[in-house]
Amino acid sequence: MSQQTILYDKHVEYGGKIVDFAGWMMPVNYGSQMDEHHQVRSDAGMFDVSHMTIVDLSGDGVRHYLQHLLANDVAKLKDSGKALYSCMLQPDGGVIDDLIVYYMNDGWYRMVVNAATRDKDMAWITEQAADFDVEINERPKLAMIAVQGPNAREKAISALPVDVVEAVSELKRFFGCECGDWFVGRTGYTGEDGFEIMLPESEAAAFWDKLSAAGVKPCGLGARDTLRLEAGMNLYGSDMSEKTSPLVSGLGWTITWQPEERDFIGRASLQQERDNGVQQKLVGLILEERGVLRGHQKVVVENVGEGEVTSGTFSPTLKQSIALARVPAATADHCQVEIRGKLLKARVVKPVFVREGKAV
Amino acid sequence: MSEVPTELKYTKSHEWIRQEVDGTVTIGITDHAQELLGDLVFIELPEVGSDINAEDAVCVVESVKAASDVYMPISGEITEVNETLNDAPETINDSPFDDGWLIKVKPSAAVELEDLMDADAYQAEIKES
Repeated sequence: MSQQTILYDKHVEYGGKIVDFAGWMMPVNYGSQMDEHHQVRSDAGMFDVSHMTIVDLSGDGVRHYLQHLLANDVAKLKDSGKALYSCMLQPDGGVIDDLIVYYMNDGWYRMVVNAATRDKDMAWITEQAADFDVEINERPKLAMIAVQGPNAREKAISALPVDVVEAVSELKRFFGCECGDWFVGRTGYTGEDGFEIMLPESEAAAFWDKLSAAGVKPCGLGARDTLRLEAGMNLYGSDMSEKTSPLVSGLGWTITWQPEERDFIGRASLQQERDNGVQQKLVGLILEERGVLRGHQKVVVENVGEGEVTSGTFSPTLKQSIALARVPAATADHCQVEIRGKLLKARVVKPVFVREGKAV
Repeated sequence: MSEVPTELKYTKSHEWIRQEVDGTVTIGITDHAQELLGDLVFIELPEVGSDINAEDAVCVVESVKAASDVYMPISGEITEVNETLNDAPETINDSPFDDGWLIKVKPSAAVELEDLMDADAYQAEIKES
């Protein structure tokens, strides 16, 4: 059964081409994915991300609980509103999901997890909470709109309610703040500056229109994917999953090892994997010949071994094909990718291609 | 609504075919096909001079979303390919029936273009899907 976000009628009204995404009827584009991509890199675009799962965690034991649940350490969060990116792991180190958690105060954290993984995430989060003094509240009645691009903040501020504007105009990067029923994070999934705005469903459609009137163009899931890939951001289910650890998914930086006595779920397995020598790594690829890199294509590294493209696309900014790929740890700076039976040359790079509109 | 010019012939796999006066045929993908694919970013064209059988894959068209094969509606020899698509694949999005043509083919036998769908039949076909 397909679900609709509160903004579904707006998507249809704005000419969105609707597809099924993880059981949600979402716009893949509103005409041209390419135009929407460039709109975000050069100006401002908005995405309905209301299908994502917002979870409030509260109670006296919430910090200890999150220190156990997450591979990154919420103890790093000392200023109210500060956000942290983390993986939530299985005991064997496989990634259940990646998420953002905002620290609001000692008794309240807000977490945003993926839509496609909602059911298993909620089950896991609830199961792990049994031994802690923590209350879990999913917030399905909040809509969420991401406004992204070099002009995103300025244009969003011109459309936000006055009391919210006051709270967000000084908001620092990777911080969030609560303003009445609204919650604004200076976060995103495009490599551009901007906001992710959570608001009551009843106000979402009117706010969408206001953003549009302010010159923020609606963008679909298609552009969201090419933008995040250019920014070198992982997509759960493609670049990492329950079958891969963060260490082979380019997410080693999200694991906080110190203090050693913090016993987060998956720690022992990751420790062992690290002690044995991590066998693979997630890299960026830039195709040096004509063609398009796609997920699951075989990567051949001469004298080293084989790997696989985890996500690939044509980069609208670089006008070349780019990808994330999991390859043997010993891979140097070149490889080949098998596309329709032919081996094409690709350059191995750090997995970030574009930041704030510029090629890296 | 997608455009479906009446003077062309069509296939179920969304190629269009135009009979030229010199006996060759020009082949491309339909407006409906380019709409389904979205922004095209890469076109792999065949070698001029190659002989390709009907229903075999002859080109690959890739959009930001996905790769898709283009099939030969008839058997024949490739006499010309639209090389401007190498640098400007988006031409197919802008002009699928004119500037965005893919290949010209010399049919290997007298072509029965009548066996292919006409505009009405194709229109009905894409309405169903």
